[in-house]
Amino acid sequence: MIEVISGNRCIECDICVKVCPANVFDKTGGVPVIARQDDCQTCFLCEIYCPTDALYVAEYADGPIAITEAEIDERDLFGSYSRALGWKRGKPGGTQFDPTHRIRVAQV
Amino acid sequence: MSSKQTDPSGSDRLQLEADVLVIGGGPSGAWAALAAAENGAKVVLADKGYLGTSGATAPSNTGTWCVAPGEDRAQIVERRWQRTAGLADPRWMLRCVDRAYENLLKLVEWGYPFPSEDDGKLYIANLRGPDYMAFMRRRVLLAGVTVLDQHPALELLSNGETVTGAAGVDRQRHRDWRVDASAVVLATGGCAFHERILGATGLTGDGYLMAAEAGATLSGMEFTGKYTLAPHGSSLNKGLPFRWATFYREGGAEIINSDGEPLRNGIGEREKEIARAMIEAPVYARLDQAEPALQDWLRQGQPNCFVPYSRMGINPFKDLFRVTFKAEGTVRGTGGIRVATADCGTDVPGLYVAGDAASRENMTGAVSGGGAVNSSWAIASGWWSGQGASQFARRHEQRSAFRSASKPLGEAGLRPTGTTKPGLTARDVVAAVQAEVLPLEKNYFRDGNRLEISRLTLDTLWHDVRHHLAGTGVDRYRSREAAAIAATGRWSVNAALARQESRGMHRRADFKTSDPAFTRPILVSGVDDIRVEGSPPLQHGKELA
Repeated sequence: MIEVISGNRCIECDICVKVCPANVFDKTGGVPVIARQDDCQTCFLCEIYCPTDALYVAEYADGPIAITEAEIDERDLFGSYSRALGWKRGKPGGTQFDPTHRIRVAQV
Repeated sequence: MSSKQTDPSGSDRLQLEADVLVIGGGPSGAWAALAAAENGAKVVLADKGYLGTSGATAPSNTGTWCVAPGEDRAQIVERRWQRTAGLADPRWMLRCVDRAYENLLKLVEWGYPFPSEDDGKLYIANLRGPDYMAFMRRRVLLAGVTVLDQHPALELLSNGETVTGAAGVDRQRHRDWRVDASAVVLATGGCAFHERILGATGLTGDGYLMAAEAGATLSGMEFTGKYTLAPHGSSLNKGLPFRWATFYREGGAEIINSDGEPLRNGIGEREKEIARAMIEAPVYARLDQAEPALQDWLRQGQPNCFVPYSRMGINPFKDLFRVTFKAEGTVRGTGGIRVATADCGTDVPGLYVAGDAASRENMTGAVSGGGAVNSSWAIASGWWSGQGASQFARRHEQRSAFRSASKPLGEAGLRPTGTTKPGLTARDVVAAVQAEVLPLEKNYFRDGNRLEISRLTLDTLWHDVRHHLAGTGVDRYRSREAAAIAATGRWSVNAALARQESRGMHRRADFKTSDPAFTRPILVSGVDDIRVEGSPPLQHGKELA
């Protein structure tokens, strides 16, 4: 579930407000707010669309776990999903290196 | 592309005109919009969320069912047909793989960055969801389609003969919208009953309810018994890593299968045994059958599955972690709106259907199409429905003078027949439906008596929904979603009762084997009074009379 919008990292572009498939965020004129947290589907997509890695979605989908920004920073978790995919500054990248075809062969 | 009009009433309402309105912005909606635009149609695509992140594909990494032209094409399709429990149609399967293959080549031509195999050949049988859907958004916008993000559709419009558009709400600007169109494509996805799984938040069966209100028939709604393993409490209904799992009890004792061996492989034939074990007590897993090279590929290729493990502080190849079965409704089930024509028309003139909103029985019968078949079906059915709708639009251009004859069709959750009841919320309705259609002991393992109790429970609930459930302002879409979830639950339970046999993902304890007389689809129609057809006439004469 979406847990944190980092005020330090956010550049107030409102892209997360625009792209969230569950309409979880609201604009404020400044840093957006998590207005409907319980609607979050834990899809992690807001993280990768964020140009400054300012969002953090925890893996637990059934409710908030109240992780702090300090802990996310300490564990270097901001932007970790974007890095795993190869997305940069909110833009797609890395799918040409996806090794999933090797798994599909191994699966048979 | 579409002309904007001032609302005569003077309110801040968005009104557009189009040849084709596509409702839904997952892969099938995107392909439908592209096909219709290529045919010269003015197209509007309205999505509940955002074209690019909406739907089950965007957060996932999905294979496609990719069959190249060649000598063995018919054999590959025939082999897959053998696994569909007799309900698929090889002609549909053949034309689907051919259409999907052509469109995958279009992606190559448009510059989609497919990975390469060791010999340098492009590997086009896999699509990474976030990249694929971001790419499709760009193509749709390039084609001149008007995209309305965050615009849930609430209901269809009809002139009494054909579907003439839809109306809904803009949930960010808090205003109503209406699109008058000569044809409509429903690409609204399946219904996962608000189970918390990747990409399913918007998949609430809206299209089924809209179609049924317009008079369309649904097919295969009993095939909602598909569940996929996920780490407990997570949204990660991605089965592939569990191919290499061993299953344990808390504390680490191996669970022993019916042959006396350790229970392994969460996506194979032992799935039933894992489900049974989970009804008894919590089940744990460890992906200890994956070789080191495979572990690397899994981590790199499925980051949507593996980043969350590291967030949990778990090494799934070494540590035990608790797992659950996530219900997937008709998303990885196969039921949906009946496809009545070769161009994905429904039983209602002017109404087309694509992707998971359509029944996928023609493609995959009584077994799940998983990601791959459903993904190719989304591509092919999207393409056909966009072509069909744009051709229909050319034949039935709506003249402005007749537009006043268009009436909205929405009832349940929008226009209650009684007064709204304090305390009846959309959330309560969804929870009541979930209690009947999610538990493994009710829906994975089915039984006539329990299904009958569910049917009565949901009928009572429906009475309340129909008479008392409504929302105000932008929250109308929530009451409408709840109504669609309740309607889908009723269709599913009624169809499951009618199929008095076991077949594929439909497992009846009181009819343990398949009955050749049921090698045919179960059709359901109607919203308040549900009609069920397709059960063998000899055994069911009385029920059908």
